Amino acid sequence: MEFGLSEEQIMLQESVDRFLQDTCPLDRVRELALEGAVHDDTLWKGMAELGVTGLLVPEQFGGLGMSLLDAILVQEMLGRHVCPVAFTATSVLAAIALTRSENEPLKQRYLPAIAEGSLQVAVALSEQTGVRTGAGLTICDDKLTGNVLFALGAPNATLVLVSGPDNGMYAVESNASGFERQTLRSIDDTQVLAEFRFSDTPAQVLGTDDALADKLVDAGRVMLAADTLGAAQCMIEKAVEYAKERKQFNRVIGSFQAVKHMCAEMAAGLEPCRSLVWYAAHAFDAIPEESRLTACHAKAHCSEVGQFVARTSTEVHGGMGFTDLMGLHYWFKRIGFNRQLLGSPERAREDAAKAQGWI
Amino acid sequence: MDLAYSAEYDSYRQQVRDFLESNKDIWPKRTGLGRPSEEHKRWQALLIERGYTARTIPKEYGGHGGEPNILESRIAAEEFTRAGAPGGLAGQGVSMLVPTLLEMGTEEQKEQWISKTLSGEVLWCQGYSEPGAGSDLANLQTKATEDGDDFIINGQKIWTSTAHEADMIFCLVRTERDAPKHKGISYLLFSMDAPGIEVRPLTTMTGHAEFNEVFFTDVRVPQSSIVGPRGAGWLVANATLKHERGMLGDPNAASSRLSKIIALMREETIDGTRLMDNPILRDRLAKLQGEVLAMQFNGLRLLTCSLQGKSAGLARLIVKLKGCELNHQLAALAIDCYGELGILYNNSEHIRARGDWQRMYMFDLGLIIGGGTAQIQKNIIAERGLEMPREPKPAPADATGGQ
Repeated sequence: MEFGLSEEQIMLQESVDRFLQDTCPLDRVRELALEGAVHDDTLWKGMAELGVTGLLVPEQFGGLGMSLLDAILVQEMLGRHVCPVAFTATSVLAAIALTRSENEPLKQRYLPAIAEGSLQVAVALSEQTGVRTGAGLTICDDKLTGNVLFALGAPNATLVLVSGPDNGMYAVESNASGFERQTLRSIDDTQVLAEFRFSDTPAQVLGTDDALADKLVDAGRVMLAADTLGAAQCMIEKAVEYAKERKQFNRVIGSFQAVKHMCAEMAAGLEPCRSLVWYAAHAFDAIPEESRLTACHAKAHCSEVGQFVARTSTEVHGGMGFTDLMGLHYWFKRIGFNRQLLGSPERAREDAAKAQGWI
Repeated sequence: MDLAYSAEYDSYRQQVRDFLESNKDIWPKRTGLGRPSEEHKRWQALLIERGYTARTIPKEYGGHGGEPNILESRIAAEEFTRAGAPGGLAGQGVSMLVPTLLEMGTEEQKEQWISKTLSGEVLWCQGYSEPGAGSDLANLQTKATEDGDDFIINGQKIWTSTAHEADMIFCLVRTERDAPKHKGISYLLFSMDAPGIEVRPLTTMTGHAEFNEVFFTDVRVPQSSIVGPRGAGWLVANATLKHERGMLGDPNAASSRLSKIIALMREETIDGTRLMDNPILRDRLAKLQGEVLAMQFNGLRLLTCSLQGKSAGLARLIVKLKGCELNHQLAALAIDCYGELGILYNNSEHIRARGDWQRMYMFDLGLIIGGGTAQIQKNIIAERGLEMPREPKPAPADATGGQ
């Protein structure tokens, strides 16, 4: 009985943290964000050198063959540093989808490329997490027509994975006929979001497992929760640090209970989120019957706490928190982005209700 | 990450299960924190013999005399809860005084009190809070003045649960009038039968007298009844407050409440529709389920930290604040599910679940306030967990509380 991280996992997380401290300071994030939503290729190469791009790729395909519990530790750090790389799409969702796929040629072709960091994959799961007015997909003879919104992944992704209305997962190459992509601008320029359009576009079926698309939604939700955890943890630390330095009425504002209690409420809210995210990731890896339920809850609960932390930390910073100069808004927006993606908290809780037969 | 128990623990779990199953016919009725019945005392003796309670307390003081084993204790607690079996005695004597005596008592005090307390023969109450000493407990004014070999005690205590039936009290009194407020307190043990003690029940918003007020008028207590050195009562008391905070906010209690609400939302109907089919109530339920799971997993993390002898830091400091609030929110949801049925009380016709939710909703507010208010908890989280500065102290003109 041990509910915690191993020495190796702690080392993995610390090494990613150090790497991002050096390569992804706020100035760099700002610089990139000025160009609009981007995926930073330089950073990605560095991550490939660390070996994390192939974290979930099986060893036989050149990866590390690790688990979602390891991946969330990386993502938490990416959230902490509001890092503009599409790790979840390529290294987690695509790696899981292809690993579980029965399509051998696809696996042989793409998994080694993910591991070595030379391939970007975009993933669209909106058929699973809510089809909005103005979107929708039809499938006829393994050809896709229509559009999907809110795809995750780098703009230069050469492979696209799409969930269909039939719960199937489809792979489309970005040079396929009738395929177009449109970047969608969001509140958060540290993450890329796209619309994919298909017109009789040839697609390959990943496999016969009906549950694969749902598994990807589960993994994606846990990853978003981990990202929010990292971003929110950073916002709390920034608030506490600011409150210990900023003086008004001849005192540091952190000595006023009104301010101190805001910080305590943030910490009290976020601390249990860490255990929830760990558990949900572990359930994805090892306790399949609890995986969907805990993934939904991790996503929903971290989103709620994240929202509280994002606004409260901004308030602790007073007027400065509201400025571009302070840059706190990058974290605020990242948390806001994660909250809605792959299903809002309400949607995730409704999925949790269904998963346990409440309705 | 490994949530499985090894084979020896699985077999321990089976032992506990077998014990509970084969002794089902002698399970006593629950008696809460008050005076235990004869059958509960016999049950207590059996649990001590088996090591399911008082596990690490030495045999010479009436305990089981075993080695500490966090996992076995946890497994036993889980199995008792799962079976719905009554546990060992949990009054303030057992949960707070005994650990304090083990840590700070003289050999004579240990021999005199621990065994009788564990067996249920002696019932204790706790005399800490006063009308003017709540969150600022060290401001307590009940005074003990020397008279020969005795102290003469005058003053008042409040929030004294079980005082009306207790044999003994462990009590904080001010013995050093001129010392700074934290250094003038002593920790005394004395009989509730002593002349000059008056106990008045304190009825709360639930309609029940869960607490009492205790008045002391020239109560004579031998000076030898002190635990720890004179003037060191604050340190002695803090050793026990640590034990009390551990008891409040238990995530297993929230989890069992949640299961009850899930069942009621599946069974109760309004206009012929199950409450579970109301999307707003269902979303509230799911939201609370997320919080309950987070607190349960936080509990697993705390357990692992204890097993590894590591400090859990913030993860432990938040338990009282979050756990008590969560329990209150769960009761609030249950009442909203019942709607008008949720305001029935006092054994009314049509009442559901004996009015437990209504009573808990009110009593939980007491738990949010008691044992260190939510605001004090936030100070602790901020100051100890986040290392934020303390409130600057006002000028010390009034250091002993002002008289």
